[in-house]
Amino acid sequence: MAMVKAVEPKYKKKQTAGMKFLTCLFAVVSVIYVMPVLIVVYNSFKANSDIATNLFALPNADTFYGIQNYIKGMTFGNYPFWEAALWSLMITVGGVVIILFCTSMAAWYIQRSNTIICKIIYFFCIFSMVVPFQMVMFTLSDTANSLKLVTPWGILLVYLGFGAGLAIFMFSGFVKSIPIEIEEAADVDGAGPLRTFFSVVLPIMKPTFISVAILETMWIWNDYLLPYLILDGKLYRTIPIHMQFLNGSYGQTDNGAIMALVVLSILPIVIFYFACQKYIIEGVVSGAVKG
Amino acid sequence: MFKKPKRKLYALIFVVPTFAAFVIGFIYPFIRGIYLSFFQFQIVSKTKFVGFDNYIRAFQDESFLRSFWFTLGFVVVSVILINVIAFFVAYALTLKIRGSNIFRTVFFMPNLIGGIILGYIWHQIFDGLLRNLDMPSLVTNETLGFWGLVILMCWQQAGYMMIIYIAGFQSVPADLYEAAKIDGANKGQLLTNVTLPMMMPSITICSFLTLTNSFKLFDQNLALTGGAPLVDGVWTTRMMALNIYKTFYGEGKAAKGTGQAEGVIFFLIVVVISLVQLYLTRRKEVQA
Repeated sequence: MAMVKAVEPKYKKKQTAGMKFLTCLFAVVSVIYVMPVLIVVYNSFKANSDIATNLFALPNADTFYGIQNYIKGMTFGNYPFWEAALWSLMITVGGVVIILFCTSMAAWYIQRSNTIICKIIYFFCIFSMVVPFQMVMFTLSDTANSLKLVTPWGILLVYLGFGAGLAIFMFSGFVKSIPIEIEEAADVDGAGPLRTFFSVVLPIMKPTFISVAILETMWIWNDYLLPYLILDGKLYRTIPIHMQFLNGSYGQTDNGAIMALVVLSILPIVIFYFACQKYIIEGVVSGAVKG
Repeated sequence: MFKKPKRKLYALIFVVPTFAAFVIGFIYPFIRGIYLSFFQFQIVSKTKFVGFDNYIRAFQDESFLRSFWFTLGFVVVSVILINVIAFFVAYALTLKIRGSNIFRTVFFMPNLIGGIILGYIWHQIFDGLLRNLDMPSLVTNETLGFWGLVILMCWQQAGYMMIIYIAGFQSVPADLYEAAKIDGANKGQLLTNVTLPMMMPSITICSFLTLTNSFKLFDQNLALTGGAPLVDGVWTTRMMALNIYKTFYGEGKAAKGTGQAEGVIFFLIVVVISLVQLYLTRRKEVQA
Protein backbone atom coordinates (compact mmCIF):
# COMPACT_ATOMS: atom_id res chain seq x y z
CA MET A 1 0.00 0.00 0.00
CA ALA A 2 1.26 3.43 -0.93
CA MET A 3 2.01 5.54 2.08
CA VAL A 4 1.31 9.22 1.70
CA LYS A 5 3.97 11.33 3.28
CA ALA A 6 3.23 14.77 4.60
CA VAL A 7 4.07 17.27 1.90
CA GLU A 8 5.98 19.55 4.23
CA PRO A 9 9.45 18.41 5.28
CA LYS A 10 10.45 17.90 8.87
CA TYR A 11 13.21 20.46 8.55
CA LYS A 12 12.45 24.02 7.51
CA LYS A 13 13.80 24.50 4.05
CA LYS A 14 14.76 28.06 3.20
CA GLN A 15 11.89 29.72 1.39
CA THR A 16 12.97 31.47 -1.81
CA ALA A 17 11.10 34.50 -3.19
CA GLY A 18 9.33 32.28 -5.72
CA MET A 19 8.17 29.91 -3.02
CA LYS A 20 6.89 32.77 -0.88
CA PHE A 21 4.95 34.03 -3.87
CA LEU A 22 3.41 30.57 -4.35
CA THR A 23 2.40 30.46 -0.69
CA CYS A 24 0.62 33.81 -1.03
CA LEU A 25 -1.02 32.78 -4.30
CA PHE A 26 -2.32 29.51 -2.87
CA ALA A 27 -3.51 31.28 0.28
CA VAL A 28 -5.69 33.56 -1.87
CA VAL A 29 -6.91 30.62 -3.99
CA SER A 30 -7.73 28.64 -0.84
CA VAL A 31 -9.92 31.44 0.46
CA ILE A 32 -11.73 31.62 -2.89
CA TYR A 33 -12.02 27.83 -2.81
CA VAL A 34 -13.94 27.68 0.45
CA MET A 35 -16.00 30.79 -0.39
CA PRO A 36 -19.03 28.97 -1.90
CA VAL A 37 -19.42 26.96 1.30
CA LEU A 38 -18.83 29.98 3.54
CA ILE A 39 -21.42 32.02 1.64
CA VAL A 40 -24.00 29.30 2.25
CA VAL A 41 -23.04 29.17 5.94
CA TYR A 42 -23.60 32.87 6.58
CA ASN A 43 -26.66 33.05 4.37
CA SER A 44 -28.29 30.38 6.51
CA PHE A 45 -28.61 33.14 9.13
CA LYS A 46 -30.50 35.47 6.75
CA ALA A 47 -34.18 35.47 5.85
CA ASN A 48 -35.18 34.06 2.46
CA SER A 49 -36.05 37.52 1.08
CA ASP A 50 -32.67 38.96 2.09
CA ILE A 51 -30.87 36.04 0.46
CA ALA A 52 -32.71 36.85 -2.77
CA THR A 53 -31.78 40.57 -2.58
CA ASN A 54 -28.05 40.08 -2.20
CA LEU A 55 -26.51 36.68 -1.70
CA PHE A 56 -23.04 38.03 -0.99
CA ALA A 57 -23.87 40.53 1.76
CA LEU A 58 -22.99 39.41 5.27
CA PRO A 59 -25.90 39.32 7.70
CA ASN A 60 -26.18 42.62 9.61
CA ALA A 61 -28.44 43.85 12.41
CA ASP A 62 -31.37 44.21 9.98
CA THR A 63 -31.03 40.95 8.11
CA PHE A 64 -29.87 38.66 10.91
CA TYR A 65 -32.48 36.00 11.27
CA GLY A 66 -31.16 33.97 14.19
CA ILE A 67 -31.68 30.24 14.01
CA GLN A 68 -35.19 30.50 12.58
CA ASN A 69 -34.07 28.92 9.30
CA TYR A 70 -32.77 25.96 11.26
CA ILE A 71 -36.04 25.62 13.15
CA LYS A 72 -38.04 25.80 9.94
CA GLY A 73 -35.65 23.45 8.14
CA MET A 74 -36.25 20.68 10.65
CA THR A 75 -39.73 20.00 9.33
CA PHE A 76 -39.49 21.68 5.89
CA GLY A 77 -40.87 19.69 2.96
CA ASN A 78 -43.24 17.68 5.18
CA TYR A 79 -40.47 15.32 6.20
CA PRO A 80 -38.42 15.64 9.39
CA PHE A 81 -34.79 16.32 8.55
CA TRP A 82 -33.44 14.32 11.47
CA GLU A 83 -35.21 11.26 10.11
CA ALA A 84 -33.49 11.62 6.74
CA ALA A 85 -30.19 12.09 8.57
CA LEU A 86 -30.78 8.93 10.61
CA TRP A 87 -31.63 6.85 7.53
CA SER A 88 -28.52 8.19 5.79
CA LEU A 89 -26.41 7.24 8.78
CA MET A 90 -27.97 3.82 9.15
CA ILE A 91 -27.65 2.93 5.47
CA THR A 92 -24.07 4.19 5.25
CA VAL A 93 -22.86 2.42 8.39
CA GLY A 94 -24.80 -0.76 7.65
CA GLY A 95 -23.75 -0.83 4.01
CA VAL A 96 -20.07 -0.26 4.73
CA VAL A 97 -19.95 -2.87 7.51
CA ILE A 98 -21.63 -5.50 5.33
CA ILE A 99 -19.41 -4.70 2.36
CA LEU A 100 -16.24 -4.91 4.46
CA PHE A 101 -17.22 -8.15 6.15
CA CYS A 102 -18.50 -10.07 3.14
CA THR A 103 -16.16 -8.87 0.41
CA SER A 104 -12.95 -9.31 2.42
CA MET A 105 -13.86 -12.97 2.94
CA ALA A 106 -14.87 -13.40 -0.66
CA ALA A 107 -11.74 -11.70 -1.97
CA TRP A 108 -9.48 -13.92 0.11
CA TYR A 109 -11.21 -17.09 -1.05
CA ILE A 110 -11.22 -15.97 -4.68
CA GLN A 111 -7.54 -15.12 -4.60
CA ARG A 112 -6.40 -18.23 -2.74
CA SER A 113 -8.50 -20.93 -4.38
CA ASN A 114 -7.95 -19.46 -7.85
CA THR A 115 -10.32 -21.71 -9.80
CA ILE A 116 -11.80 -20.79 -13.17
CA ILE A 117 -15.11 -19.78 -11.57
CA CYS A 118 -13.29 -17.50 -9.15
CA LYS A 119 -11.39 -15.88 -12.02
CA ILE A 120 -14.67 -15.24 -13.84
CA ILE A 121 -16.20 -13.65 -10.73
CA TYR A 122 -13.11 -11.47 -10.35
CA PHE A 123 -13.35 -10.36 -13.96
CA PHE A 124 -17.01 -9.40 -13.51
CA CYS A 125 -16.10 -7.38 -10.42
CA ILE A 126 -13.65 -5.25 -12.37
CA PHE A 127 -16.10 -5.01 -15.24
CA SER A 128 -18.87 -3.77 -12.93
CA MET A 129 -16.79 -0.71 -11.98
CA VAL A 130 -16.87 0.68 -15.53
CA VAL A 131 -20.58 0.11 -16.22
CA PRO A 132 -22.60 3.32 -15.84
CA PHE A 133 -25.48 3.10 -13.39
CA GLN A 134 -28.03 4.16 -16.04
CA MET A 135 -27.41 0.91 -17.87
CA VAL A 136 -28.75 -1.20 -14.97
CA MET A 137 -30.87 1.50 -13.30
CA PHE A 138 -34.29 0.30 -14.41
CA THR A 139 -33.73 -3.45 -14.17
CA LEU A 140 -32.01 -3.11 -10.79
CA SER A 141 -34.87 -1.14 -9.24
CA ASP A 142 -37.34 -3.58 -10.78
CA THR A 143 -35.44 -6.54 -9.31
CA ALA A 144 -35.24 -4.83 -5.91
CA ASN A 145 -38.98 -4.19 -6.09
CA SER A 146 -39.93 -7.78 -6.79
CA LEU A 147 -37.56 -9.04 -4.07
CA LYS A 148 -39.09 -6.51 -1.61
CA LEU A 149 -35.76 -4.81 -0.98
CA VAL A 150 -37.37 -1.36 -0.86
CA THR A 151 -36.61 -0.75 2.83
CA PRO A 152 -33.41 0.71 4.34
CA TRP A 153 -32.52 -2.86 5.36
CA GLY A 154 -33.12 -4.37 1.95
CA ILE A 155 -31.08 -1.69 0.24
CA LEU A 156 -28.02 -2.86 2.18
CA LEU A 157 -28.05 -6.03 0.07
CA VAL A 158 -28.17 -3.93 -3.10
CA TYR A 159 -25.23 -1.88 -1.87
CA LEU A 160 -23.30 -5.07 -1.12
CA GLY A 161 -23.93 -6.24 -4.66
CA PHE A 162 -23.21 -2.94 -6.35
CA GLY A 163 -20.24 -2.02 -4.15
CA ALA A 164 -18.66 -5.49 -4.29
CA GLY A 165 -16.68 -4.71 -7.45
CA LEU A 166 -14.38 -2.05 -6.04
CA ALA A 167 -14.06 -3.77 -2.63
CA ILE A 168 -13.16 -7.21 -4.01
CA PHE A 169 -10.74 -5.60 -6.43
CA MET A 170 -8.93 -3.74 -3.66
CA PHE A 171 -8.91 -6.63 -1.19
CA SER A 172 -7.69 -9.07 -3.84
CA GLY A 173 -4.87 -6.74 -4.78
CA PHE A 174 -3.77 -6.74 -1.15
CA VAL A 175 -4.17 -10.50 -0.61
CA LYS A 176 -1.82 -11.07 -3.56
CA SER A 177 0.91 -9.26 -1.63
CA ILE A 178 0.52 -11.38 1.55
CA PRO A 179 3.06 -14.25 1.60
CA ILE A 180 1.08 -17.49 1.49
CA GLU A 181 3.60 -19.10 3.93
CA ILE A 182 1.95 -17.28 6.85
CA GLU A 183 -1.37 -18.92 6.09
CA GLU A 184 0.24 -22.30 5.46
CA ALA A 185 1.89 -22.09 8.87
CA ALA A 186 -1.49 -21.44 10.47
CA ASP A 187 -2.88 -24.38 8.53
CA VAL A 188 -0.12 -26.69 9.73
CA ASP A 189 -0.85 -25.59 13.29
CA GLY A 190 -4.36 -26.88 12.79
CA ALA A 191 -6.34 -23.68 12.24
CA GLY A 192 -9.06 -24.18 9.63
CA PRO A 193 -9.75 -21.59 6.93
CA LEU A 194 -12.20 -19.66 9.13
CA ARG A 195 -9.79 -19.39 12.03
CA THR A 196 -6.91 -18.58 9.67
CA PHE A 197 -8.94 -15.80 8.08
CA PHE A 198 -10.14 -14.15 11.26
CA SER A 199 -7.00 -14.41 13.35
CA VAL A 200 -4.23 -14.24 10.74
CA VAL A 201 -5.40 -12.65 7.48
CA LEU A 202 -7.85 -10.08 8.84
CA PRO A 203 -5.31 -8.26 11.08
CA ILE A 204 -2.84 -8.06 8.15
CA MET A 205 -5.53 -6.54 5.92
CA LYS A 206 -6.28 -3.65 8.28
CA PRO A 207 -4.87 -0.84 6.07
CA THR A 208 -6.97 -2.00 3.12
CA PHE A 209 -10.00 -2.23 5.40
CA ILE A 210 -9.62 1.45 6.20
CA SER A 211 -9.16 2.42 2.56
CA VAL A 212 -12.18 0.46 1.38
CA ALA A 213 -14.26 1.79 4.28
CA ILE A 214 -13.39 5.39 3.37
CA LEU A 215 -14.16 5.01 -0.34
CA GLU A 216 -17.44 3.15 0.23
CA THR A 217 -18.51 5.65 2.92
CA MET A 218 -17.93 8.60 0.58
CA TRP A 219 -19.97 6.82 -2.09
CA ILE A 220 -22.96 5.60 -0.05
CA TRP A 221 -23.35 8.73 2.09
CA ASN A 222 -23.57 10.96 -0.99
CA ASP A 223 -25.41 8.53 -3.27
CA TYR A 224 -28.62 9.92 -4.67
CA LEU A 225 -30.11 7.97 -7.58
CA LEU A 226 -29.82 4.42 -6.24
CA PRO A 227 -31.69 5.00 -2.95
CA TYR A 228 -34.09 7.37 -4.71
CA LEU A 229 -35.14 4.66 -7.16
CA ILE A 230 -35.17 1.80 -4.69
CA LEU A 231 -36.50 3.18 -1.40
CA ASP A 232 -40.16 3.95 -0.89
CA GLY A 233 -39.89 7.77 -1.01
CA LYS A 234 -42.91 8.49 1.18
CA LEU A 235 -41.48 6.55 4.10
CA TYR A 236 -37.73 6.69 3.71
CA ARG A 237 -35.53 9.54 2.51
CA THR A 238 -31.79 9.93 2.79
CA ILE A 239 -30.20 13.39 3.01
CA PRO A 240 -29.44 13.70 -0.74
CA ILE A 241 -33.00 12.59 -1.62
CA HIS A 242 -34.46 15.08 0.84
CA MET A 243 -32.27 17.94 -0.42
CA GLN A 244 -33.13 17.31 -4.06
CA PHE A 245 -36.81 17.15 -3.14
CA LEU A 246 -36.63 20.54 -1.43
CA ASN A 247 -34.56 22.07 -4.22
CA GLY A 248 -36.82 20.68 -6.94
CA SER A 249 -40.12 21.86 -5.52
CA TYR A 250 -40.02 25.07 -7.49
CA GLY A 251 -42.29 27.96 -6.59
CA GLN A 252 -42.24 27.46 -2.86
CA THR A 253 -38.50 27.04 -2.37
CA ASP A 254 -37.26 28.60 0.85
CA ASN A 255 -33.52 29.07 0.35
CA GLY A 256 -33.02 30.10 3.96
CA ALA A 257 -34.33 26.81 5.25
CA ILE A 258 -32.51 24.80 2.57
CA MET A 259 -29.20 26.52 3.32
CA ALA A 260 -29.63 25.77 7.02
CA LEU A 261 -30.05 22.11 6.10
CA VAL A 262 -27.04 22.25 3.76
CA VAL A 263 -24.96 23.48 6.69
CA LEU A 264 -26.29 20.70 8.91
CA SER A 265 -25.55 18.11 6.20
CA ILE A 266 -22.00 19.31 5.57
CA LEU A 267 -21.04 19.75 9.22
CA PRO A 268 -20.66 16.04 10.12
CA ILE A 269 -18.64 15.42 6.93
CA VAL A 270 -16.27 18.29 7.72
CA ILE A 271 -15.74 17.01 11.26
CA PHE A 272 -15.21 13.49 9.95
CA TYR A 273 -12.73 14.86 7.40
CA PHE A 274 -10.63 16.73 9.91
CA ALA A 275 -10.62 13.75 12.28
CA CYS A 276 -9.61 11.14 9.68
CA GLN A 277 -7.86 13.27 7.07
CA LYS A 278 -4.77 11.10 6.93
CA TYR A 279 -6.78 7.93 6.33
CA ILE A 280 -9.06 9.57 3.79
CA ILE A 281 -6.15 10.76 1.68
CA GLU A 282 -4.37 7.41 1.96
CA GLY A 283 -7.59 5.65 1.05
CA VAL A 284 -8.02 7.76 -2.07
CA VAL A 285 -4.43 7.15 -3.17
CA SER A 286 -4.47 3.40 -2.60
CA GLY A 287 -7.87 3.11 -4.28
CA ALA A 288 -6.47 4.90 -7.30
CA VAL A 289 -3.13 3.11 -7.44
CA LYS A 290 -4.86 -0.25 -7.49
CA GLY A 291 -7.12 1.05 -10.25
CA MET B 1 -5.57 -23.74 1.88
CA PHE B 2 -8.89 -24.89 0.47
CA LYS B 3 -8.65 -28.67 0.13
CA LYS B 4 -10.97 -30.73 -1.99
CA PRO B 5 -13.43 -32.41 0.46
CA LYS B 6 -14.49 -29.27 2.27
CA ARG B 7 -13.90 -26.77 -0.52
CA LYS B 8 -17.59 -26.43 -1.37
CA LEU B 9 -18.52 -25.79 2.25
CA TYR B 10 -16.01 -22.99 2.54
CA ALA B 11 -17.06 -21.50 -0.78
CA LEU B 12 -20.54 -21.34 0.70
CA ILE B 13 -19.33 -19.43 3.74
CA PHE B 14 -16.81 -17.14 2.09
CA VAL B 15 -18.06 -16.33 -1.38
CA VAL B 16 -21.73 -17.13 -1.71
CA PRO B 17 -23.19 -14.21 0.33
CA THR B 18 -21.25 -11.65 -1.70
CA PHE B 19 -21.82 -13.50 -4.94
CA ALA B 20 -25.58 -13.71 -4.35
CA ALA B 21 -25.75 -9.98 -3.71
CA PHE B 22 -23.55 -9.35 -6.74
CA VAL B 23 -25.94 -11.35 -8.92
CA ILE B 24 -28.96 -9.42 -7.58
CA GLY B 25 -27.25 -6.03 -7.64
CA PHE B 26 -25.31 -6.28 -10.86
CA ILE B 27 -25.12 -9.42 -13.03
CA TYR B 28 -28.83 -10.14 -13.35
CA PRO B 29 -29.87 -6.48 -13.92
CA PHE B 30 -27.07 -6.12 -16.45
CA ILE B 31 -28.00 -9.17 -18.53
CA ARG B 32 -31.70 -8.39 -18.27
CA GLY B 33 -30.96 -4.82 -19.32
CA ILE B 34 -29.40 -6.01 -22.56
CA TYR B 35 -32.29 -8.43 -23.09
CA LEU B 36 -34.97 -5.78 -22.48
CA SER B 37 -33.34 -3.34 -24.89
CA PHE B 38 -34.84 -5.45 -27.71
CA PHE B 39 -38.37 -5.06 -26.34
CA GLN B 40 -40.83 -2.22 -26.11
CA PHE B 41 -42.69 -1.93 -22.82
CA GLN B 42 -44.22 0.29 -20.19
CA ILE B 43 -44.32 -2.31 -17.46
CA VAL B 44 -42.07 -5.37 -17.49
CA SER B 45 -44.94 -7.86 -17.50
CA LYS B 46 -46.11 -6.65 -20.92
CA THR B 47 -43.21 -6.65 -23.33
CA LYS B 48 -43.24 -6.75 -27.10
CA PHE B 49 -40.23 -7.91 -29.11
CA VAL B 50 -39.14 -5.21 -31.55
CA GLY B 51 -35.61 -6.29 -32.57
CA PHE B 52 -33.28 -3.39 -33.16
CA ASP B 53 -36.11 -0.82 -33.34
CA ASN B 54 -35.16 0.69 -29.97
CA TYR B 55 -31.60 1.29 -31.14
CA ILE B 56 -32.77 2.85 -34.39
CA ARG B 57 -35.18 5.03 -32.46
CA ALA B 58 -32.44 6.07 -30.03
CA PHE B 59 -30.27 7.30 -32.89
CA GLN B 60 -33.21 9.24 -34.31
CA ASP B 61 -34.03 10.78 -30.94
CA GLU B 62 -32.90 14.38 -31.10
CA SER B 63 -32.56 14.84 -27.34
CA PHE B 64 -30.39 11.72 -27.10
CA LEU B 65 -28.04 12.92 -29.85
CA ARG B 66 -27.99 16.37 -28.35
CA SER B 67 -27.08 14.98 -24.92
CA PHE B 68 -24.30 12.93 -26.52
CA TRP B 69 -22.62 15.98 -28.09
CA PHE B 70 -23.15 18.05 -24.95
CA THR B 71 -21.57 15.31 -22.81
CA LEU B 72 -18.67 14.87 -25.23
CA GLY B 73 -17.88 18.59 -25.18
CA PHE B 74 -18.12 18.67 -21.42
CA VAL B 75 -15.86 15.62 -21.05
CA VAL B 76 -13.14 17.02 -23.34
CA VAL B 77 -13.07 20.42 -21.61
CA SER B 78 -13.28 19.15 -18.04
CA VAL B 79 -10.79 16.26 -18.42
CA ILE B 80 -8.15 18.61 -19.84
CA LEU B 81 -8.80 21.42 -17.35
CA ILE B 82 -8.97 19.20 -14.26
CA ASN B 83 -5.79 17.29 -15.10
CA VAL B 84 -3.75 20.35 -16.06
CA ILE B 85 -4.81 22.25 -12.94
CA ALA B 86 -4.33 19.26 -10.62
CA PHE B 87 -0.93 18.41 -12.13
CA PHE B 88 0.54 21.87 -11.65
CA VAL B 89 -0.98 22.43 -8.23
CA ALA B 90 0.44 19.08 -7.12
CA TYR B 91 3.82 20.04 -8.60
CA ALA B 92 3.80 23.36 -6.73
CA LEU B 93 2.77 21.70 -3.47
CA THR B 94 5.65 19.22 -3.63
CA LEU B 95 8.14 22.11 -3.90
CA LYS B 96 8.09 22.25 -0.10
CA ILE B 97 6.46 25.66 0.09
CA ARG B 98 5.09 26.79 3.42
CA GLY B 99 1.45 25.84 4.13
CA SER B 100 1.35 22.93 1.63
CA ASN B 101 -0.58 20.67 3.98
CA ILE B 102 -3.27 23.27 4.63
CA PHE B 103 -3.71 23.91 0.91
CA ARG B 104 -3.94 20.19 0.23
CA THR B 105 -6.64 19.85 2.89
CA VAL B 106 -8.66 22.74 1.47
CA PHE B 107 -8.45 21.65 -2.17
CA PHE B 108 -9.59 18.12 -1.38
CA MET B 109 -12.56 19.16 0.77
CA PRO B 110 -15.27 19.54 -1.94
CA ASN B 111 -14.98 15.80 -2.75
CA LEU B 112 -16.62 14.89 0.51
CA ILE B 113 -19.76 16.84 -0.26
CA GLY B 114 -22.36 15.04 -2.36
CA GLY B 115 -23.19 16.03 -5.93
CA ILE B 116 -26.73 17.10 -5.11
CA ILE B 117 -25.60 19.55 -2.43
CA LEU B 118 -22.69 20.81 -4.55
CA GLY B 119 -25.09 21.44 -7.41
CA TYR B 120 -27.43 23.36 -5.13
CA ILE B 121 -24.62 25.49 -3.64
CA TRP B 122 -23.23 26.45 -7.05
CA HIS B 123 -26.67 27.13 -8.44
CA GLN B 124 -27.15 29.70 -5.69
CA ILE B 125 -23.67 31.20 -6.20
CA PHE B 126 -24.04 31.53 -9.98
CA ASP B 127 -27.55 32.97 -9.75
CA GLY B 128 -26.41 35.41 -7.06
CA LEU B 129 -23.53 36.57 -9.26
CA LEU B 130 -25.70 36.88 -12.36
CA ARG B 131 -28.35 38.80 -10.41
CA ASN B 132 -25.74 41.32 -9.28
CA LEU B 133 -24.73 41.73 -12.92
CA ASP B 134 -28.40 42.21 -13.89
CA MET B 135 -28.33 39.04 -15.94
CA PRO B 136 -30.94 36.29 -16.04
CA SER B 137 -30.54 33.01 -14.16
CA LEU B 138 -28.14 30.19 -15.07
CA VAL B 139 -31.03 28.00 -16.17
CA THR B 140 -32.01 30.36 -19.01
CA ASN B 141 -28.78 30.16 -20.97
CA GLU B 142 -27.19 27.05 -22.44
CA THR B 143 -23.63 28.43 -22.62
CA LEU B 144 -23.74 29.60 -19.01
CA GLY B 145 -25.08 26.20 -17.98
CA PHE B 146 -22.22 24.44 -19.76
CA TRP B 147 -19.50 26.55 -18.16
CA GLY B 148 -21.24 26.43 -14.79
CA LEU B 149 -21.04 22.65 -14.94
CA VAL B 150 -17.37 22.79 -15.98
CA ILE B 151 -16.49 25.15 -13.10
CA LEU B 152 -18.37 22.97 -10.61
CA MET B 153 -16.63 19.83 -11.86
CA CYS B 154 -13.15 21.43 -11.75
CA TRP B 155 -13.78 22.78 -8.27
CA GLN B 156 -14.78 19.35 -7.07
CA GLN B 157 -12.43 16.99 -8.90
CA ALA B 158 -9.17 18.95 -9.10
CA GLY B 159 -8.45 18.28 -5.42
CA TYR B 160 -8.97 14.53 -5.78
CA MET B 161 -6.66 14.28 -8.77
CA MET B 162 -4.15 16.55 -7.03
CA ILE B 163 -3.86 13.99 -4.20
CA ILE B 164 -3.05 11.25 -6.70
CA TYR B 165 -0.52 13.43 -8.55
CA ILE B 166 1.17 14.39 -5.27
CA ALA B 167 1.65 10.70 -4.44
CA GLY B 168 3.04 10.27 -7.96
CA PHE B 169 5.54 13.12 -7.59
CA GLN B 170 6.67 11.75 -4.24
CA SER B 171 7.36 8.32 -5.73
CA VAL B 172 9.79 9.62 -8.38
CA PRO B 173 13.23 8.54 -7.08
CA ALA B 174 15.40 11.51 -6.16
CA ASP B 175 18.54 9.94 -7.66
CA LEU B 176 16.99 10.18 -11.14
CA TYR B 177 17.00 13.97 -10.76
CA GLU B 178 20.53 13.91 -9.40
CA ALA B 179 21.75 11.85 -12.33
CA ALA B 180 20.00 14.11 -14.84
CA LYS B 181 21.44 17.23 -13.19
CA ILE B 182 24.96 15.79 -13.36
CA ASP B 183 24.36 15.16 -17.05
CA GLY B 184 23.60 18.88 -17.35
CA ALA B 185 19.83 18.88 -17.79
CA ASN B 186 18.07 22.22 -17.17
CA LYS B 187 14.73 22.62 -15.39
CA GLY B 188 12.64 22.31 -18.54
CA GLN B 189 14.48 19.17 -19.58
CA LEU B 190 14.03 17.71 -16.10
CA LEU B 191 10.29 18.21 -16.40
CA THR B 192 9.87 16.75 -19.89
CA ASN B 193 12.48 13.97 -19.73
CA VAL B 194 12.36 12.82 -16.11
CA THR B 195 9.20 13.97 -14.36
CA LEU B 196 6.67 13.48 -17.16
CA PRO B 197 7.67 9.93 -18.13
CA MET B 198 7.80 8.92 -14.46
CA MET B 199 4.40 10.48 -13.88
CA MET B 200 2.67 8.57 -16.69
CA PRO B 201 1.07 5.97 -14.35
CA SER B 202 -0.54 8.79 -12.35
CA ILE B 203 -1.63 10.52 -15.55
CA THR B 204 -3.20 7.26 -16.74
CA ILE B 205 -5.17 6.85 -13.53
CA CYS B 206 -6.27 10.47 -13.28
CA SER B 207 -7.37 10.76 -16.88
CA PHE B 208 -9.25 7.47 -16.54
CA LEU B 209 -11.03 8.65 -13.38
CA THR B 210 -11.89 12.11 -14.73
CA LEU B 211 -13.02 10.63 -18.05
CA THR B 212 -15.41 8.11 -16.50
CA ASN B 213 -16.60 10.51 -13.77
CA SER B 214 -17.39 13.23 -16.30
CA PHE B 215 -19.15 10.83 -18.66
CA LYS B 216 -21.30 9.37 -15.90
CA LEU B 217 -22.04 12.74 -14.25
CA PHE B 218 -25.62 12.83 -13.00
CA ASP B 219 -26.19 14.38 -9.55
CA GLN B 220 -24.43 17.67 -10.29
CA ASN B 221 -26.19 17.98 -13.62
CA LEU B 222 -29.59 17.36 -12.04
CA ALA B 223 -29.09 19.81 -9.18
CA LEU B 224 -27.31 22.58 -11.10
CA THR B 225 -29.38 23.07 -14.26
CA GLY B 226 -31.68 20.05 -14.40
CA GLY B 227 -31.18 20.21 -18.18
CA ALA B 228 -32.68 23.69 -18.56
CA PRO B 229 -33.21 25.73 -20.71
CA LEU B 230 -35.68 23.98 -22.98
CA VAL B 231 -35.10 25.20 -26.54
CA ASP B 232 -37.28 23.97 -29.43
CA GLY B 233 -38.44 20.99 -27.40
CA VAL B 234 -34.92 19.86 -26.47
CA TRP B 235 -33.36 20.22 -23.02
CA THR B 236 -30.07 21.83 -23.93
CA THR B 237 -27.86 21.11 -20.90
CA ARG B 238 -28.87 17.53 -20.28
CA MET B 239 -26.01 15.07 -20.18
CA MET B 240 -26.42 11.46 -21.29
CA ALA B 241 -27.04 10.01 -17.83
CA LEU B 242 -29.77 12.54 -17.05
CA ASN B 243 -31.29 12.17 -20.51
CA ILE B 244 -31.57 8.39 -20.15
CA TYR B 245 -33.09 8.83 -16.70
CA LYS B 246 -35.71 11.20 -18.13
CA THR B 247 -36.49 8.80 -20.99
CA PHE B 248 -37.29 6.17 -18.35
CA TYR B 249 -39.07 8.14 -15.69
CA GLY B 250 -39.94 11.53 -17.13
CA GLU B 251 -41.80 12.48 -20.27
CA GLY B 252 -42.76 9.98 -22.99
CA LYS B 253 -44.13 7.14 -20.91
CA ALA B 254 -44.07 4.49 -23.61
CA ALA B 255 -40.34 4.74 -24.20
CA LYS B 256 -38.83 2.43 -21.56
CA GLY B 257 -37.43 0.09 -24.21
CA THR B 258 -35.79 3.02 -25.98
CA GLY B 259 -34.38 4.18 -22.64
CA GLN B 260 -32.87 0.74 -22.08
CA ALA B 261 -31.32 0.75 -25.56
CA GLU B 262 -29.87 4.19 -24.84
CA GLY B 263 -28.47 2.76 -21.60
CA VAL B 264 -26.72 -0.01 -23.54
CA ILE B 265 -25.31 2.50 -26.06
CA PHE B 266 -24.14 4.71 -23.17
CA PHE B 267 -22.42 1.73 -21.57
CA LEU B 268 -20.67 0.79 -24.83
CA ILE B 269 -19.47 4.37 -25.37
CA VAL B 270 -18.02 4.61 -21.84
CA VAL B 271 -16.26 1.23 -22.14
CA VAL B 272 -14.80 1.90 -25.60
CA ILE B 273 -13.60 5.40 -24.77
CA SER B 274 -12.01 4.37 -21.46
CA LEU B 275 -10.28 1.38 -23.12
CA VAL B 276 -8.89 3.64 -25.86
CA GLN B 277 -7.68 6.11 -23.23
CA LEU B 278 -6.03 3.35 -21.15
CA TYR B 279 -4.32 2.00 -24.29
CA LEU B 280 -3.04 5.43 -25.33
CA THR B 281 -1.64 6.50 -21.95
CA ARG B 282 -0.34 3.05 -20.87
CA ARG B 283 1.74 2.96 -24.06
CA LYS B 284 3.71 5.96 -22.80
CA GLU B 285 4.51 4.47 -19.38
CA VAL B 286 8.14 3.63 -18.70
CA GLN B 287 10.01 1.55 -16.15
CA ALA B 288 12.40 3.37 -13.82
